[in-house]
Amino acid sequence: MKEYEVIIIGGGPAGMAAALKVNNEGCKALIIEREERLGGILKQCIHDGFGVLKFNERLTGPEYALKYKNIIKNKDIDILLKTFVIEIKKDKDFHIKIINENGIHILKTKTVIFSTGCRERTSKQIFIQGERPAGIYNAGTAQYMTNIMGFMPGKNCIILGSGDIGLIMARRLTLEGAKVLGVYEIKDTPSGLTRNIRQCLYDYDIPLYLSHSITKIFGKERIEAVEISKVNKNYELIENSKKIIKCDTLILSVGLIPENELLEDLGITIDKKTNGAFVDNDFMSVEIPGIFICGNALHVNDLVDYVSESGEIAGKKACEYIKNKKTNNKNTKVDINENFLYIVPQYINENSNDEIIFYFRSKKRFENAKLKIFLDDKIVEKNYNKLIPAEMEKLTIKNIKNKKISMILE
Amino acid sequence: MKLTCIVCPNSCELNIEKEKNEYIITGNKCKRGYYFALNELKDPRRTICTTIKTIFKDKPRLSVKTNSEVPKNKIFEIMQNINKFILKEKIEPGSIVLKNVCNTGVDIITTDEIE
Ligand SMILES: Cc1cc2nc3c(=O)[nH]c(=O)nc-3n(C[C@H](O)[C@H](O)[C@H](O)COP(=O)(O)OP(=O)(O)OC[C@H]3O[C@@H](n4cnc5c(N)ncnc54)[C@H](O)[C@@H]3O)c2cc1C
Repeated sequence: MKEYEVIIIGGGPAGMAAALKVNNEGCKALIIEREERLGGILKQCIHDGFGVLKFNERLTGPEYALKYKNIIKNKDIDILLKTFVIEIKKDKDFHIKIINENGIHILKTKTVIFSTGCRERTSKQIFIQGERPAGIYNAGTAQYMTNIMGFMPGKNCIILGSGDIGLIMARRLTLEGAKVLGVYEIKDTPSGLTRNIRQCLYDYDIPLYLSHSITKIFGKERIEAVEISKVNKNYELIENSKKIIKCDTLILSVGLIPENELLEDLGITIDKKTNGAFVDNDFMSVEIPGIFICGNALHVNDLVDYVSESGEIAGKKACEYIKNKKTNNKNTKVDINENFLYIVPQYINENSNDEIIFYFRSKKRFENAKLKIFLDDKIVEKNYNKLIPAEMEKLTIKNIKNKKISMILE
Repeated sequence: MKLTCIVCPNSCELNIEKEKNEYIITGNKCKRGYYFALNELKDPRRTICTTIKTIFKDKPRLSVKTNSEVPKNKIFEIMQNINKFILKEKIEPGSIVLKNVCNTGVDIITTDEIE
């Protein structure tokens, strides 16, 4: 049985950043990736806008991935491609069961970094009764078809949900000659980044309809039309607002959820707010020490720059964990009020003297928001011109050691 | 007039007012927002990111982009030119595949590798 200090599951931007950090810290890392190439979802995100914070450049997804791949190539980092992790067991160490073309193997490791990314929500498909016509895709699937395989998903498209991938696909399909008839969002605010609404929809005169949803799908073999209705604030249908629109393609962009079946199998509880694990500021699971989680597996980020950053933290902390063998991570919970959608990390390691990076989202739109941070009895205030759930905020706090921490957003 | 700056993730909401012959721009957190608004009024430009066809089985499409911004009203004309192109040899990322596309002075370069 082969032994490692750190095994990283998932070779996207989070996993690659983690591997490089582990290598820099002098530990031996293995990346396990189920696809043929490193890069994760970035391989299909051919648009630009990646890396503005990290490299001060507007890179495309493949370019961002290449930057990391080229550095990794020349380091002593082991990589297993086309390999699935199917099970993890824990005694003193972790035993990782993998499957690939050489069969099934078990690898032993002291720490595991989860950088398995996220997948697309499909839950909204339940409104489809009876027939299941062709022509209904998740935005990510449509992105894969268009950008990797070179197929057009359709000619007359309706997009349900205003998530970023859907917005990006609205522009992409228009560029390739399809007609995007509209983006329909059930909420009264868009889910995607404001700049994507502008550069993907408004630039191409694609209408955005808020407080709208799809209530029926027509078509047997292939989708032929959809019925759209207006909804009120409680998502209840408004009578007589139905409209039927002809289309041959329906693209769903209704959000992402962290991929963490493997964590659940290990008995780790999932935070209902983030859909990821509960972690401390080392991005270490508060339930099973030695497990670190980063990138979109922890919570859905809207910028890859933060994903890489979290990978670096996880990599560094995994190495510190191996070297100090610290097992008692005494944690205090970060108290937040109801105006937060979530905060990550949810816990603080009491012994930690590092500056701490928090990522958070507000529950609703705030103009001139005030964030009050209570550290024991000291209060720090921070002002934000605007906070919206679609845009994640980052917050750095110093000198937290042995302090109680709570935050109020108003 | 209102505009959202698309230069960086801050997505600043810009407010533009015209006073005599001068534009007054507010709401931008940095200079880039100011220049974005000015350009947007005079000569709006965008980068194009798309793919080209290749003859390679494992990689039927390779991603490309314009190496700088092109006038917004030329986007579809440029797309037509890009879509005619078929890549027949393996090239490094960042290589030029179409020079001076539609006389814009802008080149189309590859953004990924072919392994
Ligand atoms: C369809 C889609 C489109 C997106 N588009 C954009 C975009 O345009 N712009 C943007 O900023 N963000 C986008 N995102 C968000 C994007 O996920 C992040 O920007 C970033 O790529 C996340 O990095 P990551 O490393 O956490 O995850 P990923 O890039 O998703 O990488 C996770 C990797 O883990 C591997 N993996 C998972 N489970 C296993 C297992 N059991 N065994 C082995 N390997 C495994 C996967 O194959 C994958 O390569 C998109 C997400 C999705 C799902």
